[in-house]
Amino acid sequence: MELFLIFIGAVLVNNFVFARFLGICPYLGVSRKSETALGMGMAVIFVMTLASLVTNCIYTYILVPLNLIFLKYVAFILVIASLVQFVETFLKKVSPALYQALGIYLPLITTNCAILGLALLNVIKGYALLKSLAFGLGAGIGFTLALVIMAEIRERLEFADIPEPLKGFPITLIIAGLLAIAFMGFSGLVKM
Amino acid sequence: MGLRKDFSKGFWKENPVLRLVLGICPTLAVTTTAINGLAMGLATTGVLVMSNCFISLFRKLIPEKVRIPIFIVVIASFVTITDKIMAGFFYELHKVLGLFIPLIVVNCIILGRAEAFASRNPLLNSFLDGLGMGLGFTASLVVIGSIREILGQGSIFGIALLGTNYQPFLVMLLPPGAFITLGLLLGLMNRISK
Repeated sequence: MELFLIFIGAVLVNNFVFARFLGICPYLGVSRKSETALGMGMAVIFVMTLASLVTNCIYTYILVPLNLIFLKYVAFILVIASLVQFVETFLKKVSPALYQALGIYLPLITTNCAILGLALLNVIKGYALLKSLAFGLGAGIGFTLALVIMAEIRERLEFADIPEPLKGFPITLIIAGLLAIAFMGFSGLVKM
Repeated sequence: MGLRKDFSKGFWKENPVLRLVLGICPTLAVTTTAINGLAMGLATTGVLVMSNCFISLFRKLIPEKVRIPIFIVVIASFVTITDKIMAGFFYELHKVLGLFIPLIVVNCIILGRAEAFASRNPLLNSFLDGLGMGLGFTASLVVIGSIREILGQGSIFGIALLGTNYQPFLVMLLPPGAFITLGLLLGLMNRISK
C-alpha cells in the first residue's frame, strides 16, 4: 500500500515538472511534437527507474559503509552518465528498433536534472530499495504524462493566433503554469 | 576591449535565463523571494567562476574525447565544496534552497560555459566570462524573485512594501506563479529586443 502511495504521489501530487521544477529544460525542448515527446518520456522512465535502483545500491552498499557520503554528488553524476552510456550501447545491440526510436534523447538524459534530483531525493527521504524503485517509476511516468500533455497542446497551438512576442518559450511556460494550477487539484490526494 | 565584452555579455546580450533560456529549473524553483533568488544566483556564480578558471587552466591537458565527463566531475567537486560551505555558514538559506544546491551540477549554464568558452580561452577571459554570466543569472533570479515576492507577499527583500491592506496574490508563491512570471518576462524581453 505504501509503495502505491509513493508511486501515485510521484506521478500526480508532487509531479516532477509541475511541483518540483525538475527536468524543465528537456521539458521545454522536446515538447513540440507528441511522438518525440512520447519517445523521450519512455527513455526517461527507463533511465529513472534504473538510476533509482543503481544509485540507491551504490549509496547504501558503497558510500555509507566507506564513510564517503560527501562524495555522493560526484558519484551519482558519474553513475548516471555511465548508466546512460551503458543503456545506449546495450539497446543498440539488443533492440536497434527501440534505439532508433529514442534517437538523440538518450544521451540528453544525462544532463536532465530530474535524474540526479531523483537520486538525491531518494537519499533525503531515506527510501529503501523497493520504495526508491516505486518512486523512480512514478517520477518517470509523471514526467512523461506532463510531457505528452504539453506536446498535444503545443501541436494544437500551431494553428492558434498567438501574439508575436509570446511565441515559443513564453507561451509554453504560461501553459505550463496553467497546467500546474490544474495539477494542484491533486494535492491532498495522498498525505505524505 | 575583448575582456570587457567577455564580462558584460552575460548581463543582456547573452543573458542565460532571459535570452538563452538555460538553467530554468533553479530559476523557477527557488525564486519565491528576492533573497532566495540572490542566494541561489551567488552560489551558482561561485561554482561557475571556479569551474571556468579550473577548466581554462587545464584546458591543454584535458583529452578531447573524455572532456565532458571530466567537466562534470570538476563541476560536481566544486558544487560539493559550495554545498559544505553554505551548510556551515548559511544554514537557514541552505535549508530553503535544499535540493537545488546539489542540482547546480546539472545546471546547463555551467557545463555550457565550460564547453563553449573556458575550454578554448585563457584564464582571465574565462574568469570574467564566468563572473559576467553568473551575475547575469543572479540578476534575472533577483528580478523574478522580486516580482513574485512583491505580488505574493507585498514585500521585497523581506521589507514590507505594499502595506497591510494589500491582499497577497498567493498563487505567485506557488509553482504556477513561477511558470507564468517567467513566461510573461520572456515575452516582454522579446518585445523589447525587437
